[in-house]
Amino acid sequence: MSVPGLEVRDLRLARGGRVLCDGLCLALPPGGAARVTGPNGVGKSSLLRVLAGLPRADAAVTRPARVALLAEAAALDGERPLARALAFWARLDAAEDVSARVAAALAAVALAELADVPVRLLSTGQRRRAALARVIASGATLWLLDEPGNGLDRAAMLRLDTAIARHRAEGGIVVVATHQSIDLPGAIEVAL
Amino acid sequence: MIALIRRDVRRGYAGGGATLVMAFFLLVTTLFPFAIGPDARLLARVGGGVIWAAALLAALLPVERLVQPDLDSGAIDQMIVRGIGPVTIAVAKMVAHWLAFAPPLMLAAVVAAGLLDLPVERLLLVEAGLAVGTPGLAALAVATGALVAGLRGAGAIAGLVMLPLAVPLLIFGAGAIDGGVAGLKLLAALSLLLTVGAPVVAGAAIRLGVE
Repeated sequence: MSVPGLEVRDLRLARGGRVLCDGLCLALPPGGAARVTGPNGVGKSSLLRVLAGLPRADAAVTRPARVALLAEAAALDGERPLARALAFWARLDAAEDVSARVAAALAAVALAELADVPVRLLSTGQRRRAALARVIASGATLWLLDEPGNGLDRAAMLRLDTAIARHRAEGGIVVVATHQSIDLPGAIEVAL
Repeated sequence: MIALIRRDVRRGYAGGGATLVMAFFLLVTTLFPFAIGPDARLLARVGGGVIWAAALLAALLPVERLVQPDLDSGAIDQMIVRGIGPVTIAVAKMVAHWLAFAPPLMLAAVVAAGLLDLPVERLLLVEAGLAVGTPGLAALAVATGALVAGLRGAGAIAGLVMLPLAVPLLIFGAGAIDGGVAGLKLLAALSLLLTVGAPVVAGAAIRLGVE
């Protein structure tokens, strides 16, 4: 079922026979944000994957129709120019204005001048920003960001904050799993 | 769906994938004249079977590159997040693999027929058989690729999984050269069965790989 907000009811999360969390509840209205914290290996990424619907947990999670996931892997074809690699995903998300959306997303992460460079030549931080551009270009309501600040420099962190703030101002929802200080005013803290 | 197919076809031909299949196929077919001697009559008689055996071995070559890289890069995760089902992904991969694999193979078979001194009417039957049988072979390759994805030594295991299942294709494919249209019909039935069954298997394997 798709709803405007994100709702998690009594979610039980187990991985490899180990229970990571039980009875997790979370409700985020449009514009809402949540920060998932906890030590390494506690299941932050697993939680985000469940929220994305990768292991199906349909009884416990109701989410908006369109979701964008920023996981550890960038999922951009290394041999393709950056803009083309992003356009592939943007086209799957929505058919209209693909190149305009990609260009705007690249500008938001300050990678516009690298649009024609093959993805495999990007540095770690640039690849992270490219993956973030994929999320921005998706136009999805719910953003699930797993350690979005990894490998980002100071300026890129600020742009990340700006992108999240703009997304929330437009009624989007953000769930961030992170150790870093990402600016999320009014966010619900989910400590695993 | 079309976007997925186009992406995989491009990746199939990129990096010399098609050339590799053709070169390997031709190498295997040239081994036989060396092994059994330059007897033109004998070669013409076994040539069709040789082409089919070589096609099977060549089909094994790209299996590791079909599913594993997309699981590693997170691309399959991203597709499923966008609501594209694992079975749809598998079907797209099968169509794309067939498009990237069958045309070079059928082209190389013409060259191989020349090397083996195969008469034209037998070559036509081989080509018809390949056209009918390669969809099944491509489907089997993707299903195998999905099943062995994530395993260590996936390439060797892929051979063990795929070749026994491909033996019926070989039997009916090579049989169609002597059996004519009736043989082709059997081959088509088998190819159809694999094409319909393999997406379900591959989809389940992809779903497991994602979870």
